[in-house]
Amino acid sequence: MANDIAAFFAADPDQESAAEQVAYHLKKFWEPRMRREIKLFLAEGGAGLSPVARRGVERL
Amino acid sequence: MYAIDHNDLGTPAAAAGEPVTLEIDGSTVTVPAGTSVMRAAALAGGHIPKLCATDTLKAFGSCRLCLVEIEGRKGFPASCTTQVAEGMKVRTQSPRIEKLRRGVVELYVSDHPLDCEECPANGHCELQDAAEELGVTGSRYADGGATQRGVAQDASNPYFVFNPDLCIVCSRCVRACDETQGTLALTIEGRGFGSRVSASQHQPFLESECVSCGACVEACPTAALTEKLPIALGAPTKAVSTTCGYCGVGCSFKAEVKGETVVRMVPNRAGSANKGHACVKGRFAFGYATHADRVRKPMIRKRITDPWREVSWEEAINYTASEFKRIQQKYGPDSVGGITSSRCTNEETFLVQKLVRAALGTNNVDTCARVCHSATGYGLKHTLGESAGTQAFTSVTKADVIMVIGANPTDGHPVFASQLKRRLRQGAKLIVIDPRVIDLVRSPHIEATAHLQLLPGTNVAVINALAHVVVTEGLANDAYAEARCEVDTYRKWKAFVSQPKNSPEATEAISGVPAALVRKAARIYAAGPNSAIYYGLGVTEHSQGTTMVMGIANLAMATGNLGREGVGVSPLRGQNNVQGSCDMGSFPHEFSGYRHVSDGPTRSLFEAAWHAKLASEPGLRIPNMFEAALDGSFRALYIQGEDFVQSDPNTNHVVAALSAMECVVVQDLFLIETARYAHVFLPGASFLEKDGTFTNAERRISRVRKVTEPLAGLADWEITMQLAQALGYPMHYTHPSEIMDEIARLTPTFHGVSYEKLERLGSIQWPCNDAAPEGTPTMHVGSFVRGKGKFYLTEYVPTSERSTSRFPLLLTTGRVLYQYNVGTQTRRTSNLAWQEEDRLDMHPDDAEDRGIKDGDWVGVTSRTGDMVMRAVVSRRMTPGVVYTTFHFPESGVNLVTTENSDWATNCPEYKVTAVEVVKVGQPEAWQERIRSERSAQRRPAVPAT
Repeated sequence: MANDIAAFFAADPDQESAAEQVAYHLKKFWEPRMRREIKLFLAEGGAGLSPVARRGVERL
Repeated sequence: MYAIDHNDLGTPAAAAGEPVTLEIDGSTVTVPAGTSVMRAAALAGGHIPKLCATDTLKAFGSCRLCLVEIEGRKGFPASCTTQVAEGMKVRTQSPRIEKLRRGVVELYVSDHPLDCEECPANGHCELQDAAEELGVTGSRYADGGATQRGVAQDASNPYFVFNPDLCIVCSRCVRACDETQGTLALTIEGRGFGSRVSASQHQPFLESECVSCGACVEACPTAALTEKLPIALGAPTKAVSTTCGYCGVGCSFKAEVKGETVVRMVPNRAGSANKGHACVKGRFAFGYATHADRVRKPMIRKRITDPWREVSWEEAINYTASEFKRIQQKYGPDSVGGITSSRCTNEETFLVQKLVRAALGTNNVDTCARVCHSATGYGLKHTLGESAGTQAFTSVTKADVIMVIGANPTDGHPVFASQLKRRLRQGAKLIVIDPRVIDLVRSPHIEATAHLQLLPGTNVAVINALAHVVVTEGLANDAYAEARCEVDTYRKWKAFVSQPKNSPEATEAISGVPAALVRKAARIYAAGPNSAIYYGLGVTEHSQGTTMVMGIANLAMATGNLGREGVGVSPLRGQNNVQGSCDMGSFPHEFSGYRHVSDGPTRSLFEAAWHAKLASEPGLRIPNMFEAALDGSFRALYIQGEDFVQSDPNTNHVVAALSAMECVVVQDLFLIETARYAHVFLPGASFLEKDGTFTNAERRISRVRKVTEPLAGLADWEITMQLAQALGYPMHYTHPSEIMDEIARLTPTFHGVSYEKLERLGSIQWPCNDAAPEGTPTMHVGSFVRGKGKFYLTEYVPTSERSTSRFPLLLTTGRVLYQYNVGTQTRRTSNLAWQEEDRLDMHPDDAEDRGIKDGDWVGVTSRTGDMVMRAVVSRRMTPGVVYTTFHFPESGVNLVTTENSDWATNCPEYKVTAVEVVKVGQPEAWQERIRSERSAQRRPAVPAT
């Protein structure tokens, strides 16, 4: 799902802005336990996360 | 037959014209130019007898009963076809007029039975009224009804009967089918005494093109076309105005009752959404409300394998509260949640989310709009600033170009479709973007200028291609967009859509739509001058649902098609109160009025009003609740009016999640599929049994009024209130109007709404506040709600659900006219006469490849499951795409749909599932099992002791 979100915002030529928008979306719409889970997933390597998704999750 | 309290004015109101003053029977009356003499006389309190005239239809001038004398004019003009003129002097009564009228009525009754006492229209027949008024008791010319005697009655339609011997061939039914409904299913065949009303090519009504809207029945002045229920139950004695409980059009009705029994539903001519029209569901399919399957007593059980045990309301409520408290104590406050219903009232959805947030202390509340129009809310809020459609339905009457995307209005929103078709017949151009050849593409006197028959899942590629043409061919309205929108996002968007990858030539390989057709459609839309977009779930129920909504908003902003009548972006909402349930704070991240829970001042406002500490983090969405249930952190759910097991994708997954919970509470009319996994059943009230409001797809708030008492004793808002109190949270309202007062206090867009104002104005389109005290029919006039409109880049991202050699076809889903949503209501009505099962539509080529013939049983297999249904071989489909509905649980359509969902809102991707279809011999064993389980579930519960 994070990759799907990132795929939308990745259309922005400014990839840092895209990552920021991913983080904003996750904060606004994901329940805290889901955010905890994806942060944990990233901490364990985050295999499969797209670059923009990864940078977005890093901002949480 | 009209509503029992309707005063028919004979001809429709004239468009507002210059005032004209005339004299009728010595009284002076002033009316707008263009008004008929007949209507002017009625407005002045007079009465002119008539048979072929009625105020919903254009004047016809055939019966010659409404003759009058006009000073200075020769002869006796028909008052229905004669327009008023300044200084005109009219006489509606005189011995000569009376003699002529008597002669006319005598001719009519010469071919009409005179046994009025035995007629179902006795006392409500306009011919009988005219005969009585003129003292006609027989005819010199013939024995009444001789020429029609013996012509067979047509009782094929389950709701009304056609008696040819009672027909006076006034053509009101034919004209109603033409002018009001727009189906043109009826005609008068034959000549002279042989003239007959005929449905289609002299077919029984049920088998004809008739869509059973009932406009003909209502227009009939005699008992030739008569509803069956009033014949069986007797004439109604009072009428209560209320709002339909079916689709998002929100038609206003007069429920006519006899005692505690609804006898007829008559569309309200003063209803702003429907203007006196109705469809087969709203007018006729209300029998479910008193169906024997209605559960009338609360029930509980410890385990879902136990039999139900009937209990008192007190025991059911206390048991539920104690279970929720126990579970929260054991697993934490966020281990529980609630679901509001788009079928319930605004007041009821508001109370459920209040209970979850304030009494349970969590934001785990969601609504069934999650699975239909959540993408609309997100997409329009971010681009335009408000999570709602921009127009009133009447706006379509000023549209020059109408683009219908992923919607099937003639089936899903039939009353609006009639209005839309009227505009198309006046010459507006039609663009349809849909994988199927829906009825609108080609129907009597209507043909789409362009039908973009795209492959499911490629909407965004097509909207980008349309935008590409608009921008690269210089068709955008730069002056509008740069003045009204964020210039930087507009320019970035223009650069994005101008890229070669978004050209129609490039997207043709993706969508299957020829580039030339896309270019043609784009040019038509941009040329307008008034271009309007109407869309449905074919837009939202995709992995890129939100992206597509944004793409639509982008296109409308770029071409200046927002902020006035005749244009706009209008989502056609599926259920009666989808808009309202979303408005009322049903989503886990926001309070009523779409304000985020993290917004401190807003949260403080609610905390002060509700005397509770509220959570500042978003709660779980429905699919997240299922995941959390499976991982053990979510244990109890209060579900008001939603059938997850039938309506949500990947049924097996939903069932596993529900089965993992410790307390599932279902509040509904019937033992729905989800109730099989419930521990508590709270019997709800139908829309006829309670007070409240619904908000339709045009943001119109309309009153729902109690017509009969709740069968189980409590309205849904009362059940929620009792549950809150049992949880230890004080909630005391004596009437839903008090809940609306609270909504108005806490919600800026509802600040000006009250029951008193609704009574006064009839209905109100929000925003309604100090800036717009009587509501807002058209939004974004002058500026967008968010200030400047914002363009978003809408990259086409293919869905992961793709056809392969194993699953070579794409399944898409929808609905039919006669059934509604998961069918809980309409399956319990005579609408089964038209459709009694879900079927799979497939193109003849796909059928032939698989040796499938029309009517064969076929197995449909996807990556998640399989189902069995009958095939319909149809050229509505494009090769490679199959289609079905989801109205019948035994079909198990959602066993095959996947959990793919919209990136922003988790709205499921019902519209794209890769499948294979094979011919099979008989229904699958699991379908037999479901039938058997449902039958077992209907066994009587153990009664309360």
